[in-house]
Amino acid sequence: MNAPAAGGEGHGRAGATDGVAIRAHGLTKKFGDLVAVDHVDLEVPSKRVYGFLGPNGSGKSTTIRMLCGLLTPSEGEIEVLGLRIPEQAEELRRHIGYMTQKFSLFEDLTVRENLEFLAAIQGVEKSRTKGRIDELVDQFHFKDRQKQLAGTLSGGQKQRLALACAVIHEPELLFLDEPTSAVDPESRRDFWEKLFDLADIGTTLLVSTHLMDEAERCHNLAILDFGKIVANGTPDELTGKLEGCTLLVEAPDPRRVQRTLVAVPGVLGVAQVGTALRVLIAATDASADHAAATRQRIDDALAKAGQKAEVALTPPNLEDVFVAATRSDRTRGDGDKSVERAA
Amino acid sequence: MKFRRLWAIVVKELRQLRRDRISAAMIIGIPVIQLTLFGYAINTNVRGLHAGIADQANTAGSRALIMDMLATDVVEPVAKVETPQQLMDMIRRGKISVGIAIPPDFERRRFEGREAVQVLVDGSDTAVQNAVIQLAQAPVNSGAPDLRAPATSTPPTGQVSVVSFYNPERRSAVNIVPGLIGVILTMTMVLFTGIAIVRERERGNMELLIATPLTSAELMIGKVLPYIAIGFIQTSVVLALGIFLFKVPILGSLFDVYLAAGMLILANLSLGLLISTRAQSQFQAMQMSFFVFLPSILLSGFMFPFAGMPKVVQYIAEVLPLTHFLRLIRGVMLRGGSLWELGPDVAALLAFTFVMMTLAILRFRKRLD
Repeated sequence: MNAPAAGGEGHGRAGATDGVAIRAHGLTKKFGDLVAVDHVDLEVPSKRVYGFLGPNGSGKSTTIRMLCGLLTPSEGEIEVLGLRIPEQAEELRRHIGYMTQKFSLFEDLTVRENLEFLAAIQGVEKSRTKGRIDELVDQFHFKDRQKQLAGTLSGGQKQRLALACAVIHEPELLFLDEPTSAVDPESRRDFWEKLFDLADIGTTLLVSTHLMDEAERCHNLAILDFGKIVANGTPDELTGKLEGCTLLVEAPDPRRVQRTLVAVPGVLGVAQVGTALRVLIAATDASADHAAATRQRIDDALAKAGQKAEVALTPPNLEDVFVAATRSDRTRGDGDKSVERAA
Repeated sequence: MKFRRLWAIVVKELRQLRRDRISAAMIIGIPVIQLTLFGYAINTNVRGLHAGIADQANTAGSRALIMDMLATDVVEPVAKVETPQQLMDMIRRGKISVGIAIPPDFERRRFEGREAVQVLVDGSDTAVQNAVIQLAQAPVNSGAPDLRAPATSTPPTGQVSVVSFYNPERRSAVNIVPGLIGVILTMTMVLFTGIAIVRERERGNMELLIATPLTSAELMIGKVLPYIAIGFIQTSVVLALGIFLFKVPILGSLFDVYLAAGMLILANLSLGLLISTRAQSQFQAMQMSFFVFLPSILLSGFMFPFAGMPKVVQYIAEVLPLTHFLRLIRGVMLRGGSLWELGPDVAALLAFTFVMMTLAILRFRKRLD
């Protein structure tokens, strides 16, 4: 595990042993009284896209910053690419790319100047620099915009440029902190194509997001809430665990039905989707009995209120997983943390 | 430390500066405007004070005396009145700064050797007061009978003649211009670097930079190098204007002038960097810069003579780079000294730079917390 770091600059493998790129144990970060990250255990497989899903303030950025050595953990152990962090953070920096949440390139430099600057800073070999930049310009569709100031690019273009700069030295591991939260769906799809291309050539990607459609694309997923990992697995595993817990309720007056259903014990959340309601019911033991009992209560409540509705089982989606994971350990009162749904 | 990364920072800074038109213009604009403005405006040799004259004697002798006084150019007559009371009234209302009152018995007083003329001064400005004391002495030196301004306690110094070395015409510009090099460098250099790193932090660039293999020293030195060049450009502008507009002499070697300027530039840049590692916003960096800038101007000896300050203040002034630079630059430019002869001040500037730079590099962490 303590594989010595490769000495060379740039592309030398630091040693992602046994197929695990990141390993963290009991990772905790406190800012004064606030516990931003609370005993997080993490294992990120290499050459995969790993997602952090969580609402704003759930500790995603803080975790990423600790993993790349920008913040010192209050407690816990981190090993990234076989390097101990924060002790060996300097060594790690040659092997990672980091795309910040806020656009952090130089707005008063042109597209090409930004790439040139990063190439020099990241130690891309001089003889390869020009070729590598041309390659990225081509790949990220900046052919006609090389001389445009980065500050004048659109949101989607900025994100593309940021990604191009983050991978200029072909890092083994790429951290992306909410890379597409300010980007339209079209650009987002395009952006994710690029991410999968990177995973294909062997890059490990850690992506934080609060967007469900992004989370669905990840190979593996950890759901964070109040600094804790409340669920993890592949998207299919996560939704599979929730089988039989999501109901689709169609009613002529969904708003009123919603009010009725929210009051029913065992109902975790009711969200209106068009004219229908998605109702998530608790299944803490994943027991069919429990779910059936709740369903019975729903029928009773509707009958009592004299409201007509058709209730049917529906396959759960990731949003249901998210709501189930974050609601179950919270009182309903403060559970109004909205999760933005993609377009 | 890798030269390539260092150079990448330098190139980036220069490219950014080139696109920031206003800042780039200020690099030349500040020295040009300040030198022309202050070179002409700051004049400790007061000329053209508005004066009122009440000549109640109106004899040949009194008129001759007034002509003598006006010949010095220190005063410029703006009003002729009848009584000293009117003069006092005009001073109070700010119409005149100086009143010359000659009593009706002027000739008899002069003959008896008593005070024959009274000069009333607006003492609310000490520079004016000093100028008028000189004025009152002028007729004495020119051989007229006993005469002085009773408003002051200074005894007549008729027989003492002052010989000014190095600036015999007592032109203020000669004194001001070398000092202005220091003031301009202090202002722009501290501010430029003070903002340099904070700006990147504010704009979010810093989070990107610290996640790369870039080292603190590469970043710091890369940011400072372009400004050293800018500092020398400013020095050259001030020197050129000083020579052409104000005929300021350079008695020592030009090389020593630039060497002294270089040491001040380094001292100020390293101070700026330290500020930059401390300040959270550009606004804070500006405030901290001015916290240093104002004492530098007031205490360094640029505006007021160093010798006149209390001991404690002198100690404070010794910490300021500008104080040492002023001694160096005046020594080299106006007295023809060499830097070797001014060793202690050279050492002080170098020590200041070393301490500030070390603190800045130590304080700068490649961490967000």
